[in-house]
Amino acid sequence: MRILPCILSAVATMGITTLLNVQLPAGESKTPRLGYFLSPQQGFWQNAEPADVSFDGDIKASGLKGKVDVYMDDRLVPHIYADNDLDAYYVQGFLHAKFRLWQMEFQTYVAGGRLSEIVGEGRVNTDRFFRRLGMVYGAEKTAKDMENHPELKALVESYSAGVNAYIKSLKPEQIPFEYKLLDYRPEEWTSFKTYLFLMFMSYDLTARGATTDLQMTNARNYFGYKDFEQLYPAVQDSLDPIIPRGTEFAKPSIVPQKPAGADSIYLGHTRTAAIAPPELPAKNNGSNNWAVSGSKTKSGHPILCNDPHLGLNLPSLWYEVQITTPEYSTYGASFPGAPSVIIGFNDSIAWGVTNAGRDVIDYFDLKFKDTTLQEYWYNGAWKKADSRKEVIRIKGKPDLVENIAMTEFGPVMYDNSYKNASTEGKYLAIHWTAHEGGNGPEVFFRLNRAKNYDDYIAAINTWKCPGQNFAFASVSGDIAIKQQGTFVARWKRQGDFVLPGADSSYKWQGYIPVDENPAIKNPDRGFVSSANQMPTDSTYPYYLGAPVNFPPYRGFIINRKLSAMNNITPQDMQQMQTDNYNVFAEMARPVILKYLDEASLDDTDKKYLALLKGWNLRNDINEKGATVFRCIWDSIETQMWSDEFAKSKLPLPWPDESTLLESLIKDSTYRFADDINTPDKKETVRETITKACKKACAYFKQLEKEGKLAWGVFKDTKVTHLLKIPALSRFHLPIGGGTHIINATKDSHGPSWRMIVHLTETVEAYGVYPGGQSGNPGSKYYDTFIDSWANGKYYRLLFLKKQAAQKHEKIKWHISFVNG
Amino acid sequence: MKFITALFLTAFLAFAVGIYGILPWWSFVVTSFLVSVAIHQRAVKAFLAGFLGLFILWVSLATMKDVANKHILSSKVAQILPLGGSFVVLILLTGVLGGLVSGLAALTGSFFRQSK
Repeated sequence: MRILPCILSAVATMGITTLLNVQLPAGESKTPRLGYFLSPQQGFWQNAEPADVSFDGDIKASGLKGKVDVYMDDRLVPHIYADNDLDAYYVQGFLHAKFRLWQMEFQTYVAGGRLSEIVGEGRVNTDRFFRRLGMVYGAEKTAKDMENHPELKALVESYSAGVNAYIKSLKPEQIPFEYKLLDYRPEEWTSFKTYLFLMFMSYDLTARGATTDLQMTNARNYFGYKDFEQLYPAVQDSLDPIIPRGTEFAKPSIVPQKPAGADSIYLGHTRTAAIAPPELPAKNNGSNNWAVSGSKTKSGHPILCNDPHLGLNLPSLWYEVQITTPEYSTYGASFPGAPSVIIGFNDSIAWGVTNAGRDVIDYFDLKFKDTTLQEYWYNGAWKKADSRKEVIRIKGKPDLVENIAMTEFGPVMYDNSYKNASTEGKYLAIHWTAHEGGNGPEVFFRLNRAKNYDDYIAAINTWKCPGQNFAFASVSGDIAIKQQGTFVARWKRQGDFVLPGADSSYKWQGYIPVDENPAIKNPDRGFVSSANQMPTDSTYPYYLGAPVNFPPYRGFIINRKLSAMNNITPQDMQQMQTDNYNVFAEMARPVILKYLDEASLDDTDKKYLALLKGWNLRNDINEKGATVFRCIWDSIETQMWSDEFAKSKLPLPWPDESTLLESLIKDSTYRFADDINTPDKKETVRETITKACKKACAYFKQLEKEGKLAWGVFKDTKVTHLLKIPALSRFHLPIGGGTHIINATKDSHGPSWRMIVHLTETVEAYGVYPGGQSGNPGSKYYDTFIDSWANGKYYRLLFLKKQAAQKHEKIKWHISFVNG
Repeated sequence: MKFITALFLTAFLAFAVGIYGILPWWSFVVTSFLVSVAIHQRAVKAFLAGFLGLFILWVSLATMKDVANKHILSSKVAQILPLGGSFVVLILLTGVLGGLVSGLAALTGSFFRQSK
C-alpha cells in the first residue's frame, strides 16, 4: 500500500462525497444535496415522467370495502366509480396524493406554522404569525367538533387512509420532485391536516381583518373619526347589492347594543395601537358567480357560472374530479387535501361560491397584571388566563416555543414577546369565527348529494367560516343565492378598530341567526349574482362590517349585463366570464377629463391623452388606453393622498378606489386635493389631477420605449410555483382583464377555476383552470390548461355514467382498486 | 482488457447498488473501490476506469429518462441549478459528478493495492 497517496485520495473521495451529500448555501436558499439530486436512480431524473406514460393500473389497497374503478380522461381527470362513500373518498385521497402529494402537504405546513421545519429559520416569522393567529388552535376545535359527527369523521378518515395508502406505496426514489429539491420526506397524512387546510382557506378569505383592523385603528387615530369616515365610508354610491334594492328584510332577532360612551372612548379614541404583520391575504381575493333562470336562456334551462379569484399558483389549488356512487354522481373542482367536490354540480343541481368579505375577526386590547401573562383585568377583577404552547421546530436550530395566553376573548396574538416598535408590547387578543370549530367539509358532502333547493339550503346552513355567497341552480328550474356563514351581530363600527377589552361591554353579543342571512330565491329579474360587493343595501337590519372588502364594480357590471341579456347560451356565458370591459373606467374617465387642464399639456402628453380619449374601455391585451388609464388613476390617488399618508409613522390602509371616484363626482372642492406640504398654497382638484397626469405621462414615455404600453405586456400575468421558483412557473401570459373587470385577472391573481353549468337533463358543463392535473413539474400534464385559460377557452367537462366511461373515446386509462 | 473489465464491473455494480433506493446514492463508492482493489491497475488507469464507469452509467440512465420525458424536467432543472437551461450540460454534469466520486474511490483502491 502506498500509504500517503492512499490516505490523500481516500480523504479526497470522502471530501467530495460529503460535499455532494449536504445542502450548500446558495444566496438566501440552499442547494439540494447535489449527488443525491443528480443521481439518475434516486434523484430528480426519476421524476422525469415519460411523455407517453400510461396511468393504467391494478392497485391493491388495504381498507377498501368494495371495488373501485377509475377512468382517466385525456386531460387526466379521474372519473371515480365506487360502491360506497367511504371507498369513493379513499380513492379520491389516493389520487390527490398520487398527483399532488407535495402540494397538499406543503399547504398544511404553511397553515400549521411548520415551514421552518423544511426550510430553516428564514421562515420563522411566517410560522410565528400563523401559530399566534390560532391556525392550529382552530383546526383542533374542528377536530373536536367532528367527534360529535362520527359519520362525517369516518368520511374524512377514509380520505386520509387513501392518502396514506399512496404514501406507503411510494418507493424512496418516487417521492415528488420538491421533496428532493428541499431534501425532506413525506410524512403520514392525518384528518387533522384536512382541518388545517380548511383553516388556511378561512385565513385566505377572512383574515385580512387581522391586519386591516390594526391599520384602520391607526387611520382613525391619525385622521380622527370625522376624516376617517370620508376616507373609509360605510356606504358606496355605486353599489348594486347581491340582494336587489327594495327587498324587505325581517325584523332582526338580535339588536346589538353599543356600549355607553363608545362614541368618545372607542370612535374618538386616540391611543395608538398598530403593527404591520408579516402576512396579509390578497385584497382582491374575490370571485364572481351568477345563475340565470330558464326564462332568460335559449334552452329554457338555468345556467350557473362561477369563477373564484385567488392567487394563481402551480400546482393549482384545484384538482378536477368526478365522484360517482350508487347514490349520487358529482363533478367539479376539489381541493387536494380535502375530500369531496368543492365547486361543481351533480345530476340535479349546480353550485358556486364567492367570498362574502364580512368582518369575522376582531382584536381586544387587554391589560395583564405582569409580563408572565397569567392574569388579565376583566370586569373589575384580575382573571386567570390559560396558556397554550406552540412549539416551532426549526431545521438545524433549537425549537422555538410560543407561549400564548388564552382569554375570554380568544388567544392573545400580540404581547410583550410578539410585537413591533409601534405596539410597544400591547396585549391584543384575537377573536375569529374560524376559532370556533365547525363541521369541516360537511357542506360539501351535502351539496355533492343535494337533489333540490331544500337540500341546498339545508347543506349550506351548516357552513360557518369563511362566509360565502352560495349560488344555486337546479335542473328542476330553481335559482337562488344566499350569503352564509357565522356572522357577528354588530353595532355600527364595532370591531372595525381594536376594541377595549377591560370588560364584557365590547364583546360580541351574538351571531346573526342563519335564517336572517341575506338570501333570495327565483327573483323576478330572472338571475342571481354576487361579486363580493355588499350583500344588501342599508335597509338590512345588521351592520355588515368595515366596507374595505366590498368592491362594487364587478357586481355592477354583471348585473347590468345580465339584466340586458336574453336567450342566453353557455357560449354567451363564456364570453361574459372572460369579458374585459372596464366599468370603473367608464365612470372614472369622464371625471378625469372634466378636471384635467388640457391646455397645460405639451404635445407628447397630448399624444397619451389621445390614447385615453380614444380607448374603447376594454382591458384587452393590445389596448394602450387601458395602461394609460390605470397609470393616470394611480397617479391621481397618489397625488391626492400620499402627502397625508406619508406623514403617518404607522401603516395605514389605502382607501378604496370607489371612495376617491365617488368623492370627486360629488365634491369639486375635495379637500385631500390640497398638498399639505405647501402650506402657503391651496391646490385645487384641477391642479392636482393635471399634475398627476403630467407625472403619469413622463412614465408613459419610458413604458413606450420599453415596449410596455400595451395592457397585456404592462400587466404581465404569471402563474408561479408555490416555492416561487421561476423555472417551475409560467410568465408573460397573454391575458387581458384586471381589477373591477369581470375577467379579474391581475398580475398573479385571478379566476382560478372558471365553470359554466347548463342544467339540462344530462347537465352540460364547461370548465378550465390555470394549471394542470399533475403537480409534477416533470410531467407534461403539469401546466396543460394554462394556455387555454389565458385564451379564454373552456373544456367540455365529461360527466359520464360508468357504462359510458368504459367506452368513451376520451377515456385513456383505467385504474382498478381492490382490497388487498 | 483489465481496463474494460474494471470499467464495466464498476458500472454494473454501481447500477446494482443503486436499484434499491434505500441505500444511499453514494453506495457505489464502496463498489468502485472494491473493483479497483480486485482488478489492480496503475493510478491513472484505475481513476479513468472508475470515472468512465460511472460517467457512462449515469449519462446513459439520465439520457434515457430525458429522451422519454422530452426534456421537460431537465430544461427546468437546468435553470434552477443554473446551467442556462441546457439539458445537455445537465446530463454531462450528472455524469462528471458521478464519475469524479467513483474515480477517486477507484484511485484510492489502486493506491491501496499498489506496492512501492
